[in-house]
Amino acid sequence: MNLLTYDHSFEGFLTAIFEIYEYKLNAVEVRREGFPVPGLFTNLRKVVTDTQKADRVFVKLKSALGELGLHRIFYTLLSEDEDCEKHLLNVIRYALKTGDNIISDFSHPSVLKIFQYAQMVGREKHRMEAFVRFKLASDEIYFAEIEPDFNVLPIIAKHFKNRYQDQKWLIFDNKRHYGIFYDLNTVEFIEMKFNTNQSDQEGLESLKKDEFIYQKLWQTYFTKTNIKARKNTRLHMQHVPKRYWKYLTEKLIV
Amino acid sequence: MNFDRITEKLEILADAAKYDVSCSSSGAKRVNKNKGLGNSTGMGICHSYTEDGRCVSLLKILLTNYCIYDCAYCITRKSNDIKRAAFTVQEVVDLTINFYRRNYIEGLFLSSGIFKDADFTMERLVAVAKKLRLEHNFNGYIHLKSIPGASDEIMKEAALYADRLSINLELPTEEGLKLLAPDKNREDMIKPMEYIKNGIILHKEEQKLFKTAPRFAPAGQSTQLIIGATQENDLQIIQTADDFYKNYHLKRVYYSGYVPVADDSRLPSLQSNVPMVRENRLYQADWLMRFYGFKAHEILDPLNPFLDLDVDPKLGWALRNQNLFPIDVQKADLQMILRVPGIGLKSAWKIINGRKFNKLNAEHLKSMGVSLNKAQYFIAFGTKFNNLKMLNSSFLKEYILSKAKSKYQQQYNQQLVLF
Repeated sequence: MNLLTYDHSFEGFLTAIFEIYEYKLNAVEVRREGFPVPGLFTNLRKVVTDTQKADRVFVKLKSALGELGLHRIFYTLLSEDEDCEKHLLNVIRYALKTGDNIISDFSHPSVLKIFQYAQMVGREKHRMEAFVRFKLASDEIYFAEIEPDFNVLPIIAKHFKNRYQDQKWLIFDNKRHYGIFYDLNTVEFIEMKFNTNQSDQEGLESLKKDEFIYQKLWQTYFTKTNIKARKNTRLHMQHVPKRYWKYLTEKLIV
Repeated sequence: MNFDRITEKLEILADAAKYDVSCSSSGAKRVNKNKGLGNSTGMGICHSYTEDGRCVSLLKILLTNYCIYDCAYCITRKSNDIKRAAFTVQEVVDLTINFYRRNYIEGLFLSSGIFKDADFTMERLVAVAKKLRLEHNFNGYIHLKSIPGASDEIMKEAALYADRLSINLELPTEEGLKLLAPDKNREDMIKPMEYIKNGIILHKEEQKLFKTAPRFAPAGQSTQLIIGATQENDLQIIQTADDFYKNYHLKRVYYSGYVPVADDSRLPSLQSNVPMVRENRLYQADWLMRFYGFKAHEILDPLNPFLDLDVDPKLGWALRNQNLFPIDVQKADLQMILRVPGIGLKSAWKIINGRKFNKLNAEHLKSMGVSLNKAQYFIAFGTKFNNLKMLNSSFLKEYILSKAKSKYQQQYNQQLVLF
């Protein structure tokens, strides 16, 4: 049993696919680096990302599965699910074997599964486009923290860039320790170390004075637009699961 | 900015606007050019949900709750002894911009009590939209309420700056309107609606000739019907909705279960429950008409003028038309697959795609998201069919219900007791 590990990148995964075909590996699994490795693997290989190999696989997959297929593969990887590479490999093998575009064959378990991964990640993307709450810091940067279930920063950047063009903003993923920053021209990935010992008081001082006014007005609005006679906690929780409340201004008591 | 004063106004004017259930922010595309603020992609976003489970997409407020009308069902009616307030144009603009920049909202939904007269009120609403668009280069979503009786000139301006316009019929029939809102007449509501409808048609023609033709209410029009304030049956409601979808090209009809706000002998008592299950069934019926190819007369007829509360309208229809089932998922056309209870738009689409590659079985359907607990009685896989044909429709209904537990169980039991 062979195990290929890659560096979490899309190109890394495509390189791994290249090598599976290059070395004609049959009993093989692909996983991201850092996952605990069970003892059943006899042959471990760390894939070195190679853009040339990745490009060739990219072109091949594009002709086999179309734009839609590539989109599903990319989104599936962002799910970071333990089994996602296994299903991707099944789909790629199935596609290359039949030579047909099988991306809409929902009777195939792995094709259906990667559709579902992509859907799941797409939902989280949409949620983050909804749930990001910017706070205006004293240095005129609109700042937001998130902890999404999946690694969606790469796919939400475009939405925020299109929408907020005349304000600097930063969205930081506290789970994955990186962020995207827009400086009025381009969006860049940034890594930052936060001083976790910083007291709340210091944090508060770095916000604009008006910031609290608008946070409170938003909370007022949120409370007043609710119809008490129609209370439906079940539905509320279904739409805004508790794990997201931490960063939602309207769910905090200031 | 006087924080306390603004807070008080927001409290009063958000509270008064909350009975308008529309929250949609979809259907209009505005690209952010020249480093402006905001965009609309045509796909709405719900930024939050209230504790009653409704989407919060727009800053939904009244410009003022001073009103010259005395509609019995309305919290802002003239004779109601409540606090009154009014925003200035600038205050609404500031709130919208600052909420938008923080990603709280998709845009603004501005409505108003009617002060002085229709045109005077409508002009103020338009002034807010105009200021946002022209002075702040704002490309977010704007929904303005059309004021009954507003003139064509002002409606034209409204359509140039707003994405959506809506005018609430509120009561499904003219008799209901006469009873509860004697100051209003339906003619005044329909006139601006008609004007906007024709404007949209004309605009589409113009756009074929000149790509740069100015936008005209790109997200169309909608309306709202109050459910359960008057005695109308569901058939009348569905027919009214159908009529307005057809004749005024509405994007949406919203149904709003009446929330008791007045002690008035013409209305349900203050203690009565909001008819939430009935409202939900009406939305399901509305969806069947808009997305599933059902005609109004298939959903309800004069012999059955009310929707079942205990089963959804599609299951209800299928039970009345058992002779059309079972269908073969491998061969049936899309329209028929969409009519199977338990199969939605997305699973129908997956079935149509999947069956090209493989013979589908129950396991396939289940993993595609079909709700087999309902669908199994209406579909066949080749010759295999969970054959309950010997059961007549009322037995089959009981049987299906006994296998499922509805989240509404408690509520419709309560409601049934009331009737």
